[in-house]
Amino acid sequence: MSRHQQLALTDDLTIYHALDQKNALLDALAMCDVLELDLARVGEMDTAGLQLLVLLKKEAALAGKEVRFSAHSPAVRSVIELCNMAAEFGDPLLIPAQD
Amino acid sequence: MDELTSVFVQESREQLAEMEEGLLRLEQDPDDRDNLNGIFRAAHTIKGGSGVVECSFIEAFTHDVENLLDSLRNGAIGVTPDLATLLLACCDHMGALLDLLAAGEPAPGAGLQTHGDELTAALKKVLATIASADEVEIVQATGLAEQAPTVEVSGGGVVITDCWHISVRFGPNVLRGGMDPLSFIRFLSSLGEIIGVATVTDAIPPAAEMDPESCYLGFEIQLQTRATKADIERVFDFVRDECDLRILPPHSKLADYLRHIEELPEDSMRLGEILVRCGAVTQAEMDAALNEQIRGTPGEEGAGPPQIGEILVGKEVVYEEVVEAAAVKQAQIKEKKAKEARLVRVQADKLDQLIDLVGELVIAGASANLLALRSKQSDLVEATSVLSRLVEDIRDSALQLRMVQIGETFSRFNRLVRDVSKELGKEIELNISGAETELDKSVVEKIGDPLMHLVRNSLDHGIEPAEVRAAQGKPVCGQVYLNAFHDSGNVVIQVSDDGGGLNRERIKAKAIERGLIQATQTLTDSEIVNLIFEPGFSTVEKVSNLSGRGVGMDVVRRNIEALRGIVEVDSVEGEGTTFTIRLPLTLAIIDGFLVGVGKAAYVIPLDTVVECIEHHDGESGRNILNLRGEVLPFIRLRDAFEVPGEAPPRESIVVVQFGGHRAGIVVDQLMGEFQTVIKPLGVMFRHLRGIGGSTILGSGEVALILDVAALIQSVSHQESNRLIGTGRAQAGTPKSLVSEKD
Repeated sequence: MSRHQQLALTDDLTIYHALDQKNALLDALAMCDVLELDLARVGEMDTAGLQLLVLLKKEAALAGKEVRFSAHSPAVRSVIELCNMAAEFGDPLLIPAQD
Repeated sequence: MDELTSVFVQESREQLAEMEEGLLRLEQDPDDRDNLNGIFRAAHTIKGGSGVVECSFIEAFTHDVENLLDSLRNGAIGVTPDLATLLLACCDHMGALLDLLAAGEPAPGAGLQTHGDELTAALKKVLATIASADEVEIVQATGLAEQAPTVEVSGGGVVITDCWHISVRFGPNVLRGGMDPLSFIRFLSSLGEIIGVATVTDAIPPAAEMDPESCYLGFEIQLQTRATKADIERVFDFVRDECDLRILPPHSKLADYLRHIEELPEDSMRLGEILVRCGAVTQAEMDAALNEQIRGTPGEEGAGPPQIGEILVGKEVVYEEVVEAAAVKQAQIKEKKAKEARLVRVQADKLDQLIDLVGELVIAGASANLLALRSKQSDLVEATSVLSRLVEDIRDSALQLRMVQIGETFSRFNRLVRDVSKELGKEIELNISGAETELDKSVVEKIGDPLMHLVRNSLDHGIEPAEVRAAQGKPVCGQVYLNAFHDSGNVVIQVSDDGGGLNRERIKAKAIERGLIQATQTLTDSEIVNLIFEPGFSTVEKVSNLSGRGVGMDVVRRNIEALRGIVEVDSVEGEGTTFTIRLPLTLAIIDGFLVGVGKAAYVIPLDTVVECIEHHDGESGRNILNLRGEVLPFIRLRDAFEVPGEAPPRESIVVVQFGGHRAGIVVDQLMGEFQTVIKPLGVMFRHLRGIGGSTILGSGEVALILDVAALIQSVSHQESNRLIGTGRAQAGTPKSLVSEKD
């Protein structure tokens, strides 16, 4: 039976929260098979945040689980685009009609 | 010409137009970075496209243009008028080369080739002046060692891309030091254009060992810039000690890339993939290089090279997912682009066919409507009325498809004004307004030449030489205005200038000399100035190579009349001249107002109808009526077209307006609104005045469409002539239109 969990990130994905977020997110992943992260309220994202997302994807792949990112906020989208990570992550990025 | 080439030619023409427009703006505002980038992008796109369609002569020429634009973009040289002229000449040459490609010629002819070579030489000369300065800088910054590898002959050719390749791995403490690697990458884009980025995430350890405050990332970046290696290194100054930075200059050998791959910590397969992904090398290049390495150096480098090869082959499996996700993203981006541009390319034939069908639909709809009304079945009437409303909507939106903004046509004149004013030694500014006014595509295509004549005329004859202007106390810089707006179902285009205006006496003298008018004839001022549209009329003694050959204005008028439009000139001596062109919005379908005279039906274009009133005969015996204090001449359709039979006791007058003039048309019967598909009259009836075309009614009968402009003109002529007392009929008007009925 696959357990599906949705989680909305409320803090910025930056170095200041990275440690807490790493633990929280890994715990959440451990609890379920499919983790869907709602990134709509991420107002800022830096390298640490990007690393976290990459780590989550990797861990999930190792454990045969799945992590999905959804509702990317503009900040997240801009980082993903800058680093050309959209293909790597593989999540559909919704591009708003007007930026 | 295959489809790809034709798309290339079409798109390149658009890019060229943009480029030209940009260059003209650049002269005004040399510091506009966005504009400069736009020009560069246009040239770059053309070059890229010509590579794809394998048109080497365009590619080679555009390459030099692009180089020069690039140095402009990087501020290595400034914009000078000479440079702008050179670049504009290059634009023209590229246009000529495109024509060549479109014509299917394999290579430019001798003349064109020489011209191209001259331009290339001129470009190279400009570039040489900066290159010499630039080279010194590179040598200073990087030392001779940098140049050495490019001299070495090694496996594989030079990589196609002309980008710097930057490879950076950030040390673990970068984040803790308060630095964000992302900001460095963002900053890189200020040096030039980031063509591709690949993020290397392999160094991230498993979750348990991963410290979220350490940095594990690396980036492979393709940067297109004219900055030196030192400039790029400087970007990373803050983290110099904390990162592993490698920079490969543009056009490095494939072998350099391979060496680069081997030097980096990640496994080679991943790196090969990453390099391909960020666009540093193409897949083909990578494969070729690897093959060569396997064949050429067996065992020399141990198991390394074959491994890369094997894994690269196996990579296709790995790739699949990545490619798929990338494809989805591409599709999304395309969608977004489509939304931004809101453009779909449709062949004009298809559009014309659609309009034709809609026209038939309108007629068929009208017929169904009529039958439904006759059947007196209310359900059927209701259904057909819904249907006809929908047909009306379809008609409107189908016609809308053909509408294009006139701005593109207008902006072509920027170049004309620039070149001509230089040639004539006058200082002239072009002011464009109403560029967003829309009109039918076929009209736009045909209005270009007449407009060109009018603008040239204004430049050549309208605007006085600078000394004359100064002497008259006018600003030295002459103004030419192009304006467009909608006015009661018509599009009005005005070309005006603040020049010397038309000299009425000279026009009159000339007209008498040419036998266009009689010396005794009394003409109003506007009639006199409009004489310049008569065939064979030119007042300027000195023939310049622009205009003044006496074959301008009558051709202009003929072209415009062919579009069912009219042209008028209005001039105040010493202050300027305004040419006003009125054109119908579309040539295909109109809303009509159906009227009846005797047994025949006529259609008056609804846009021209102001109101309908009852006609009381015998007020003055003259064909003039008093409409709320306004004098309104009118015409009896029955008389004008010599319709037999007696007029009914109650007649109606339809008040129509065209081009600021009003007149009444007396008819027997008002029959209401009617959608009309204009069917042109046959060649035999082309010279008929007062009739604009024909249409088919729902009942299958033919109705004639009145040419309101011609009718009003004849009415006002008739009445004014009568008032003046000459009673002369305007030459060329059919007798029936001016029949006196006193």
